[in-house]
Amino acid sequence: MSCSRRKFLKTTIAGAAAASVPLSALKFISPDEVRASVGDEKTRWVFLVDTQKCVGCGFCVKACKLENEVPYDVPVTRTWVERYVVTRDGQTHIDSPDGGREGYPTAKMNDEVIDPKEISKAFFVPKLCNQCQNPACVQVCPVGATYQTLDGVVLIDRKWCIGCGYCVMACPYGVRFFHPVHKVAEKCTFCYHRISQGLKTACVDACSFGARQIGNLKDPNDPVTRVIMNERVAVLKDEYGTKPQVFYIGLDKEVR
Amino acid sequence: MKNHALRPLWLALALVGTILIVRHFLVPKDFGVHGRNFTYGFHRLSSIDEWKAFTVKYKGKEYCADCHEEKVQENLKSKHRDIQCENCHGPALEHPDNPEKLVVERSRELCLRCHAKLEYPNSNRGSLKGVDPASHNPEAVCSECHNPHKPDREGL
Repeated sequence: MSCSRRKFLKTTIAGAAAASVPLSALKFISPDEVRASVGDEKTRWVFLVDTQKCVGCGFCVKACKLENEVPYDVPVTRTWVERYVVTRDGQTHIDSPDGGREGYPTAKMNDEVIDPKEISKAFFVPKLCNQCQNPACVQVCPVGATYQTLDGVVLIDRKWCIGCGYCVMACPYGVRFFHPVHKVAEKCTFCYHRISQGLKTACVDACSFGARQIGNLKDPNDPVTRVIMNERVAVLKDEYGTKPQVFYIGLDKEVR
Repeated sequence: MKNHALRPLWLALALVGTILIVRHFLVPKDFGVHGRNFTYGFHRLSSIDEWKAFTVKYKGKEYCADCHEEKVQENLKSKHRDIQCENCHGPALEHPDNPEKLVVERSRELCLRCHAKLEYPNSNRGSLKGVDPASHNPEAVCSECHNPHKPDREGL
């Protein structure tokens, strides 16, 4: 068998090139993942929160802080869980110690123990950025440091933000704060680095009860879209006209 | 017109020119309207890629199953199957390269996030199995008796 030098070199180079392709490059990519990575108008990220399912474990808050490098012991957070306890005398008790980061291991609320017999309703409400269709925070930015992507997520350009704080004041939901390390405005990004790779957000993954879900509103077969379209859902502070895109199941009038 | 009247005009024009030149070099090339309109889409385009390049830290159960197949399979058969490994073991990051070992949280507080009994109607929490942390073996670590991977009664 003869083998010219040219042919030998060709085979060697081709072999080396093939061997350098990592296994992960050959894995099957679903159409959803491709759509997510492009990030154009074919996707509209929305969130669905089922307050009936939430047990207030706070794993979502913990996961969010670690995933997104939000300093753990500083009292700021991108997402948080609120506890609502309505007693028979008509009073509403609300608390969210450390944003619910450590869960709710005790019935004590604001140094007050409420008798279980007095409770008429009690539940947990996870909150996060509503990724509004008409985000007030973006409208007020004087330098173009915060914007809405084509797939509907509101992001902050950390290099461009001057830290004026207009957006923090403009958000009706109070989801924005100052990042203590980067010294710029900070907010939930729907884990843009994860959803654009076809992963779920850190909080959705951390939730063991299915209380948090993320989906694409422009995909009619998405389970989240189906719930939003076919079942009874509500949004927070509809009257502000910001068109929030975080939908809630089992919302109560006491929730603010 | 006299020279002294024109001089401030030249000065103003030079100032405007300088600002335009400096602005040309300072504003990134990809700054402009990229979204739906000026109000919501006026920004630096590469900022989106910077966010996409952020490091993923929580890798999910499937990543763990690549090596810890047995543990994951055992867990998938139990009531704790919907709990992510990383909720208790911490984010995987680049494990097993960095960190080589994950720190497992074994505190009572971790279990009490769900299993401290709260008598709440209209919430899943009320129907979860729970204990009163003050009276249920307050000194003991939960995992001394309960297997967190497979907490069913037979494992007791």
